[in-house]
Amino acid sequence: MTAPTDSGTQEPRRLVGVVLVSHSAAAAQAVADLAGSLSGGGADVPVAPAGGGPDGGLGTSSELIAAAARRVDRGAGVAVLADLGSAVLTVKALLADEELPEGTRLVDAPFLEGAVAAVVTASAGADLDAVAAAAGDAYTYRKT
Amino acid sequence: MNATPDAPVDAALLRRWLDTAAGVLDREAAHLTELDSPIGDADHGTNMRRGFQAARSAVEQQPPQTPGAVFVAVGRQLISSVGGASGPLYGTLLRRAGKQLGDAETVDGAALRDALRAGVEGVAQLGGASAGDKTMLDALFPALDAMDSSLSEGGDTAAALAAAAHAADEGAKATIPLRARKGRASYLGDRSIGHQDPGATSAALLLNVLADTAREATV
Repeated sequence: MTAPTDSGTQEPRRLVGVVLVSHSAAAAQAVADLAGSLSGGGADVPVAPAGGGPDGGLGTSSELIAAAARRVDRGAGVAVLADLGSAVLTVKALLADEELPEGTRLVDAPFLEGAVAAVVTASAGADLDAVAAAAGDAYTYRKT
Repeated sequence: MNATPDAPVDAALLRRWLDTAAGVLDREAAHLTELDSPIGDADHGTNMRRGFQAARSAVEQQPPQTPGAVFVAVGRQLISSVGGASGPLYGTLLRRAGKQLGDAETVDGAALRDALRAGVEGVAQLGGASAGDKTMLDALFPALDAMDSSLSEGGDTAAALAAAAHAADEGAKATIPLRARKGRASYLGDRSIGHQDPGATSAALLLNVLADTAREATV
């Protein structure tokens, strides 16, 4: 994903970054692509997938997570969404050890629906609190 | 009191623990993965082996000079190279314990107990699990209690660690009838009953190696 560009004379708004942590590299990439495509006409939100384990198989890689968070950090905070188990625990452990950029937050949200909500909200220039709230609200979208 | 002088726990002892643990996990990887097959995702053995081998390499390349630094270094490697939930859990345990030990060049049994307790509390906080949830805590909590009792009865470090290892073994076995309430196994509900928890088993293994390493240091 590219950084927001300054198309006018105004200072570009710093956008919240989004990191998607999944046990599967393919799932993280696909959800990142989906959320990016659905974000519509807003600015290009920095979104980075961090999928798969240290050996490239299913699992969680702290290095991929840290690299992804650094890549999407524009100074407005980074919302991290994780799928299950070790993905969640690894993000928490990295946050506890302050190994992610300042303003990085684990967002409690369903992975796919939350990612779409986070990216759409971030593309409108919302701050990290609003992005986190929108992602969390995705829990309330009932389907039946 | 024990007549033999209490061997202090230093960085060299914990490096020997790491070296032996990496070897034991290599041999036990298949067994741990087998335990993880019916109730988990069949990766605990390979994950722990990969993590401890990475930790051993890192510590061999840049040997930490204090016990606290050994734990911190191992914890960091586990978080980055295990790839499963045991990475952040054991990583947090050892990093917290290492930080609690501080810069001391040698530590006694009570300091080690306090550090391990801080680490285990970190694990409970990170994973949100309690005793009886069929997790590594079901080996670790009894181990800490046994270490406490042994030290308060005048046992030395090696004796306290032997008591901890024994209690951890018992705790791991006692997970068999439990119903899992955390992690992937919890999705299985009652079907998780009848299987020994892989995390509790690896926790007991690591404590047994630590107890053996401490005993060998006293003879």
